Amino acid sequence: MPGSNAIIAEDVFKHFGEVKALDGVSLAAETGKILGLLGPNGAGKTTLVRILTTLLKPDSGIVRVGGVDVLRHKQQVREIIGLAGQYAAVDEILTGRENLVMVGRLYHMGRRAANERAAELLAQFALTDAADRSVRTYSGGMRRRLDLAASMVAKPNILFLDEPTTGLDARARIAMWETIRELVSDGTTLLLTTQYLEEADELADRIVVIDHGHVIAEGTADELKANMAADFIDITVADPLKTAQASNLLGRLSTETPQTDEMRGHVVLAVDSGAQRIAEVVRVLDGEDIHIAELNLRRPTLNDVFLSITGEAIVEEETKPKRRGFFGRRRSA
Amino acid sequence: MTEHTLKPVSTTPFMQAAEGAGLLRRFLWNFTDTWIVMRRNLKQLFRQPQLLIFATIQPVMFLLLFTYVFGGAIRFATGGDYINFLLPGIIIQTIIFASTNTTVGLSVDLSKGMIDRFRSLPMSRAAVLAGRTVADTVRGTITITIMMIAGYVIGFRFENWGAGLLGILLAIAFGHAFTWIGATIGLYVKDPEAAQVAGFIWMFPLTFASSIFVPTMTMPDWLRAFAENQPVSVVANAVRDLMTGTVNPDEIAIALTWIIGIFLVFMPLSVWQYAKVASR
Repeated sequence: MPGSNAIIAEDVFKHFGEVKALDGVSLAAETGKILGLLGPNGAGKTTLVRILTTLLKPDSGIVRVGGVDVLRHKQQVREIIGLAGQYAAVDEILTGRENLVMVGRLYHMGRRAANERAAELLAQFALTDAADRSVRTYSGGMRRRLDLAASMVAKPNILFLDEPTTGLDARARIAMWETIRELVSDGTTLLLTTQYLEEADELADRIVVIDHGHVIAEGTADELKANMAADFIDITVADPLKTAQASNLLGRLSTETPQTDEMRGHVVLAVDSGAQRIAEVVRVLDGEDIHIAELNLRRPTLNDVFLSITGEAIVEEETKPKRRGFFGRRRSA
Repeated sequence: MTEHTLKPVSTTPFMQAAEGAGLLRRFLWNFTDTWIVMRRNLKQLFRQPQLLIFATIQPVMFLLLFTYVFGGAIRFATGGDYINFLLPGIIIQTIIFASTNTTVGLSVDLSKGMIDRFRSLPMSRAAVLAGRTVADTVRGTITITIMMIAGYVIGFRFENWGAGLLGILLAIAFGHAFTWIGATIGLYVKDPEAAQVAGFIWMFPLTFASSIFVPTMTMPDWLRAFAENQPVSVVANAVRDLMTGTVNPDEIAIALTWIIGIFLVFMPLSVWQYAKVASR
């Protein structure tokens, strides 16, 4: 059913005592598309995935997956979804093959069908060489691939991946992205949670940003970044007393008012093109005899998205720049 | 729910198989799923032979120490060879301590996300627990088989093989009932390290304030009242009589009542807790 929504959550609440894990979340994942659920630790991402995959009961709200009411028909939902959780949920003592065959048998596939499917998946996830080794000997990336393979055993049309690359190094993460892209190229609907803007940007067709149990923004990656600078330049001046002066001088290079921290001498510029602007930054400051202690060019992070949406950084940390919403864009409901 | 709303979901061959499955097949899944989970748990055991070896050494050591250290002194109270008194008792102790593995095993599966994986599959709800408890009962049975051999070597003899084997079956049934208590505890405790302690601490008063090691008659009255009527003693006495050749139907009936009672309370309790447990 093209154009329909394979995953629907409407006004979902889940409180754990005082903690409002989900405080009225609504979202929809279009059939055959990748929905990225982006948010910091503790935003409620895992809670929502657990509710959508029948593992947890919400306090209230409507949840439908593949057209089936999740709260009323758990087993039917389990038959059509695949789930790979935050921790690679594979048996360490068993071999990779045994793990996959076991999952296949628990989907009530025959012995032969389960064996064949396991061999197919091992090949697809580049685990054939390690297939008959105990999972204890696997690397982190291999475990994640096996976990992902386990979630694909029944060829589900709807897949949930909860932070599939958390804890992986950069190379394994990029390999994982490639794997995920291949997985869903045949029209699988995927809901993917992540803490990384870059990951959501790479993989997701649409992104929903959640924080403290609320949806605070949604749109395509381009829409979310439309009002955001392409690059950021982090500058630390050697003499913090000159922070304001540096900020004034550099203001014209930045697409927004620079963020400053005068205690530490930090100035953050949002720029259209980092590579060009960084040379100008050096020239301007050099010309005024302001010494640079540190200079960094970086891509926007989830933190910048949060700053732009909520005017607040994700983490209350000591290096937090001044609270200033420099885009002030809030979700228009 | 009408047929129409189900349509969009029936797109994979496995799903169609599932939808076509009759009630009987779904009922049978309880057993096949249990079998699959049990095999997984037993594979874990046999691939870590040190677990099995230490689980066996400890009770055999107890058997030898109790026989030769206390045996001479206790002989007067039991009115016969202490080994004939001790072996049935220590078999009960061993098989009920197998429930510790259930507690720890489930808490490990919970903390590592295995339970989440199982719960996200369209499998039987009871199978994860039953596969665990049956595997742990098999493990306990292996251990007591080795203890029987050790007991035989140091002088234990069945008076009547039929009654003796019946006694061992009764002990295994009791042990299996206890694994369901262990499962319930594991699902409530969740943390594997806490489960290590929580899994067996409650069994000490039950095993020592009982007729497992010594007759209860020298205990103070208040303790004796407990020791003589609590399930471990009741079952230990029935098993001991069977293993030494006495068939006492009343005794067996009371033992069976306890075993069934434990099942009736802890099986539903653990399945209920399993359904709602949130692992993190």
